[in-house]
Amino acid sequence: MYRNLTIRQKQIVWAWAFLAIPVLFYTVIRFYPTGNAILISFQNWNLLGDRTWAGMENYQKLWNDPVFWKVFKNTFIYLLLGTPISLVLSFVIAYHLDKLRFMHGFLRMLYFLPFMTSAVAMAWVWRWFYQDVPIGLFNNILAGFGIPQIAFLQSTTNALPAVLAPAVWAGLGFQVIIFMAGLRAIPTSYYEAAKIDGVGWFTVLTQITIPLLRPTIVFIVVFSSIGFLRIFDHVFNMTTNNPGGPLNATKPLVLMIYDTAFNGFDMGYAAAQTVVLFTILLIVSLIQLRLLRST
Amino acid sequence: MNAYLKGLALAGLTSSAALFASAASAVEIEYWQYFFDARVEAMETLIANFEAANPDITVTMTHFPYADYRTKVAAAIPAGEGPDVVQLFYGWLNDYVEAELIQPLPADTFPAAQIDADFFPMVQAMKDGDNYWALPTAVRSLALFYNERLFEEAGIESPPETLDELMATAAAMTKLDGAGNITQVGITAGMTAQDHHWWREGLVRQFGGDPYVDDYQTVNYNTDAGAAALGFYTDMFLGDPPVTAIGFMDEPQAAFKAGRAGMHIDGSFRIGSLNGTRGLKWGVTELPANADGTRSNYSSYWVNAITTKAEGEKYDASVKFMQYITSDEAMQIWLDTVGELPAKPSVGMTEANANDETFGPFIRGLAYANTTKFANESGQRQLMVEMVERIQLEGMDPAESLAIAAEAEQKLLDDYYAE
Repeated sequence: MYRNLTIRQKQIVWAWAFLAIPVLFYTVIRFYPTGNAILISFQNWNLLGDRTWAGMENYQKLWNDPVFWKVFKNTFIYLLLGTPISLVLSFVIAYHLDKLRFMHGFLRMLYFLPFMTSAVAMAWVWRWFYQDVPIGLFNNILAGFGIPQIAFLQSTTNALPAVLAPAVWAGLGFQVIIFMAGLRAIPTSYYEAAKIDGVGWFTVLTQITIPLLRPTIVFIVVFSSIGFLRIFDHVFNMTTNNPGGPLNATKPLVLMIYDTAFNGFDMGYAAAQTVVLFTILLIVSLIQLRLLRST
Repeated sequence: MNAYLKGLALAGLTSSAALFASAASAVEIEYWQYFFDARVEAMETLIANFEAANPDITVTMTHFPYADYRTKVAAAIPAGEGPDVVQLFYGWLNDYVEAELIQPLPADTFPAAQIDADFFPMVQAMKDGDNYWALPTAVRSLALFYNERLFEEAGIESPPETLDELMATAAAMTKLDGAGNITQVGITAGMTAQDHHWWREGLVRQFGGDPYVDDYQTVNYNTDAGAAALGFYTDMFLGDPPVTAIGFMDEPQAAFKAGRAGMHIDGSFRIGSLNGTRGLKWGVTELPANADGTRSNYSSYWVNAITTKAEGEKYDASVKFMQYITSDEAMQIWLDTVGELPAKPSVGMTEANANDETFGPFIRGLAYANTTKFANESGQRQLMVEMVERIQLEGMDPAESLAIAAEAEQKLLDDYYAE
């Protein structure tokens, strides 16, 4: 039977034969659980008993839950602070590192190192930095100068930026490397032309470098936005005693989902939150791709 | 080389033969618990003793990290793969009964009246009519740990007996640096640790209240007694001068372990980790009484139950195993290995145990302990944490914060019991 196929058809058969494994894998590992999660979001389930239909109950509960709105806001603060800050920082670092020859490889490694470090270990080290006297590094330095200590994690206003800082720092190395690859990919002929015309560095930056980096910027923005929308390990590990605290000041959506599912054992409600997170991720990614690609 | 291989093969054959021989004649039952070094060790001893007395029964223990425990049990039992005897937190019992994952203990071997008489009264939460659903080997309660070196340094001769003495003792041990930061606390504080239990079942009752009514389905601490208890608690870190700080050295037990805290309220399970601490000389005493001498404590426990998977001869073997792990002997072994308290007065209140320097205060505490029936322990603890945070971080009026907490907890309980 295979023999009677045309070459084109044979190619298709082979393509599907090779695709079968990833398709099967994705169906079992991704699509089935995703579909199941959407199903559970319309049910009540405590992991032990039977699942019962709840209709829209979980979504109504979510809409009326003040904690959800607080968490929703936090998630977007992580996104709206984290993405631009890390984008600008990593660009500035990459831009200057690119021009530097002295100890270039060593410096690049230093920037990349945090990205390779386990987020859990890093979060615990920063957690220690932020403690009050007598153990916290930052506050001990302040106290050494006789300055009253700052409540970093024990504050409803300071805690979120304090948790965000190591998360930005951790992602920086990766973004610097991507930016440097993007910078190297810009043909030198543009810069040579600019030099011949006697254009200043600022014009070169804004008229050549940044426009030609657009694909790189799109990638980094989308990639880091998804990362900040899904932030969990830094927050959880820096606030394990009171996850997402104080007073939910640092709680992101993923942590709320975890808490609802594995402390409250309210799987339906947790699944509803997951569906909302999935929708947000989808919308934010689509908007960013559209905005940054079109013009 | 050859001889070595032969020997190895022979050894393999003999051991597999031995395995088959025992499998043919013995009933094998499975026991599950979560992983905690001392608990696993104690259970291994109990299983060895049980198997020695019942050569025809083999008990296999499986343990999991605490975080996965509930999920695995729930997935395994309906699939027929799980344990025959399982360890559960007392607060989970309702969920397991409703999901038909466990079966009641037989009334002829575990007569309710006998158990009522033999065990400490809080165990009665596991009773339904004439049957008990589950029984603990050990229970836990709270007590006041104190640092003997810091006591000596501050010239304190004996641990505080009353709440007023507690505050005075703590004040004497609190130290500040030049910038006014606390560098040593008189007593640790933090609702994230054990303080929420101390507040609910200890302080609220000692100030004349009753934290819950209707079998823990109705919140009842938004009263004068509750306000007074909250006032006492917040005075520890908001008073003038404060004797503690929330979040001091990250965790209360860490501060105490490091010798930077004069006193610390914690459970009997902390004994093991304090014992190995170099340079720490500690003692322990009962939770302080109020002005008229009333004491109150909190107790919790893990229970063992027979699952619905156990049938026929496995069921009979499971019943025998349950009998052994709730026996006086098992409780003494558990106390000696894990440091958790015996669930029966006949073991706990022996001369040696009740007057034990370390375990005594905890065991005496059981006599006046209450067990909160939680719907969602971490959720309910979180409300206590936030009640304090609203006062401390947002400057909210304590009465208002107390009312918010009571309302939120009532809603949580209503949602749980409505299902």
